[in-house]
Amino acid sequence: MRKRFTAVLLLICLLFALSGCHGKQSRSGFSVPDHFDDRMPVEIVFWAKNDTNKNQVAVYQQAIDEFQALYPNVTVNMRLYTDYSRIYNDVITNISTNTTPNVCITYPDHIATYLTGSNTVAALDDLMKDPRFGLGGSEVRFDAPKEEEIVPEFLKECMIGEHTYAMPYMRSTEALYINEDFVKKLGYEVPEAPTWDFVWEVSEKAMEQDEDGLFKVNGQKVLIPFIYKSTDNMMISMLKQLGAPYSTDAGEILIFNDMTKELLEEIYIHGKSRAFSTFAISSYPGNFLNAGQCIFAIDSTAGATWMGSEAPMMDIHKEQVVPFHTKVTMIPQFDPDQPKMISQGPSVCVFSKENDQEVLASWLFVQYLLSNEIQLGYAETEGYLPVTQKALDSVEYKDYLARAGEDNKDHYRVKIEASKLLMENTKNTFVTPVFNGSASLRAAAGQLIENTVKGARRKQEMNDAFIEKLYSDVNSLYRLDQIGGDRQARVVPTGAWVLLGTIAAVWVVIGIFKLREKKKNKTIK
Amino acid sequence: MKKILALVLALALVVCASLALAEEEVKVMTKEEFDAAAIDDPVCIEAYVQANQSWWDGKIKLYLQDENGAGYFAYDLPCTEEEAEKLTVPGTKIRLSGFKAEWSGEIEIIDGKFEILDAEPFVTEPEDVTDLLGSDDLIKHMNEKVEFKGLKVAASKVEGKDDEFPFLYAWDGSGSRESNSDLYFNVEKDGQVYTFTVESYLCGAVTEVYAAVEELKIGDTIDCGGFLYWYNGANPHITSVTVTEPAPAE
Repeated sequence: MRKRFTAVLLLICLLFALSGCHGKQSRSGFSVPDHFDDRMPVEIVFWAKNDTNKNQVAVYQQAIDEFQALYPNVTVNMRLYTDYSRIYNDVITNISTNTTPNVCITYPDHIATYLTGSNTVAALDDLMKDPRFGLGGSEVRFDAPKEEEIVPEFLKECMIGEHTYAMPYMRSTEALYINEDFVKKLGYEVPEAPTWDFVWEVSEKAMEQDEDGLFKVNGQKVLIPFIYKSTDNMMISMLKQLGAPYSTDAGEILIFNDMTKELLEEIYIHGKSRAFSTFAISSYPGNFLNAGQCIFAIDSTAGATWMGSEAPMMDIHKEQVVPFHTKVTMIPQFDPDQPKMISQGPSVCVFSKENDQEVLASWLFVQYLLSNEIQLGYAETEGYLPVTQKALDSVEYKDYLARAGEDNKDHYRVKIEASKLLMENTKNTFVTPVFNGSASLRAAAGQLIENTVKGARRKQEMNDAFIEKLYSDVNSLYRLDQIGGDRQARVVPTGAWVLLGTIAAVWVVIGIFKLREKKKNKTIK
Repeated sequence: MKKILALVLALALVVCASLALAEEEVKVMTKEEFDAAAIDDPVCIEAYVQANQSWWDGKIKLYLQDENGAGYFAYDLPCTEEEAEKLTVPGTKIRLSGFKAEWSGEIEIIDGKFEILDAEPFVTEPEDVTDLLGSDDLIKHMNEKVEFKGLKVAASKVEGKDDEFPFLYAWDGSGSRESNSDLYFNVEKDGQVYTFTVESYLCGAVTEVYAAVEELKIGDTIDCGGFLYWYNGANPHITSVTVTEPAPAE
């Protein structure tokens, strides 16, 4: 009797421990509802990111208005951000208070962090494939794209592990915006795919000054021939082009290698001569480019409306603008025959909620963001590329591209050429592995360049000691030693420890009873 | 003999260490010395916190000024949240060492390290620089607490629209109060128009000045104060606005 009672008690303990392990995950067990409840008022919160661009805000608002007209029981409340890192920070804060938005513009790197701890972001796999409410499903009330109509490269970027956690919303890459007049004045022709050597050489040549201290090429006191906006991307792209290590898919950090060192040594030289600088150190490349104070400016294609002396967006006074011809090319390459450029741009994720109707409404709204009207509307605000083949193949989009240069607003040549650059090179794009900590590694990659250029400008010597200290500083600043594949493999969730402990305890108790039983039997014998 | 040798070696070590430390230290500069320093040079100043932009991601931006009126801007000064609480008390004196930098014309101190000094708090009075608007001398007051008097609110426009607004949420009107966007408004003096900003990380949507700017009307005559920030030209960060003469009723 006593034995039975103990066994039952242990079993209950075990079941309790097992259920404890899965209790937190209950919300992730989302199943697509069998119907969309029209009578239930649903409010969804949408955190959107724009590039401080009123046209983009207008497209978001258009999406909300049209969606609400189709689904009158749904209200979408938008909160606008102009900075991904602020969204990231706010989501992290709101995860702990269980007040995440329903829909959020984001990067897969960030989702990887959101996914740690508890399962807050909804996996979209079932939703995508649902015949009624899935992509282009039978009960979707608008012309949504089917799964095969989303550019596969972009959709794949939203996968973390085996699951899809986001939909791509817009895509961009980086472009090299060139003052072609200055390049010619220096005696060069701009190749279709410039190499790093070419850009460094022309940049150094441009540093020649006259006896009054004015730069010969522009006749001004200020010239930074080459400015890179995102040094994170610069380091990542350079390493990718060279096939050099960065990280493994599992999150092992490999960036602190000899190839990185060689790249930093080269960058140091041009930082020291002041032929090269960065956004963080000097300011927006476009401002210098438009003022005739920069020859090679690397910025996102999503910033194309700011690039060039006829750009519709201008951040400097009109009288500071120097007219020139802007050439748009891919970023510099080590091997122009095998070009590689980063794929970036906003994706959109859905957060798990207790109310399945809320999740379904959120998912439908995400699909609406992929409809042609919204895709084309948003893409044309900047040098973005729509993420659906359906939008790319549309008559409207082809007409838009064909009208490049017709005016300096909607059909600004530089903007459309920037979009075409990505369209023609989609297969040459890459993304970096996504894992918890990959956002920190990205930032660290850029910090290596920023610190090197600052070091050069501050007359620090480039040597092994400099690199060693740089690696150590950046490593500790971004706590890279605390992330990575090995550690991830070692980390066991608390629930699992409880389960393992309980099992062990059960076996120990069973063992004790067995021993006592044996002893008893012996005594009886 | 061994003992003497050990003593000599120890002394040599101490001397070397103190020399090395002394070499790294930059002496506290006057404003003239700071102005004379080249961009990227190490600098060190002592000044009083006048205001701050919100602490975020382990960093803070400080508007500083000394007793002689010299203004400085500390960009992204690393500090803990606890340190930030002390730093955000107006009048707190700090010694700040870092590097001189220029970003779109704004002279700032970056990569800084600070030490809170034990001193009587000092909050400066703003200097009236109204007459310097549009002149080359205005730049001499960069980062100082300043005030402008008798300016007229001029119309702001959103590109592609004919409507006129007394202010915009974000530079192009793309922002909103809910998003705590910066406010941009134009003021006119002697036929010249200047753009002033309510920087939301300095004075957000909950502040009086934010609400005051939202109430402005085109044609209002105002006095306003703030810090003379620079972004491709003078771009004051406004902290107070008073309507001295409302726009005539239509």
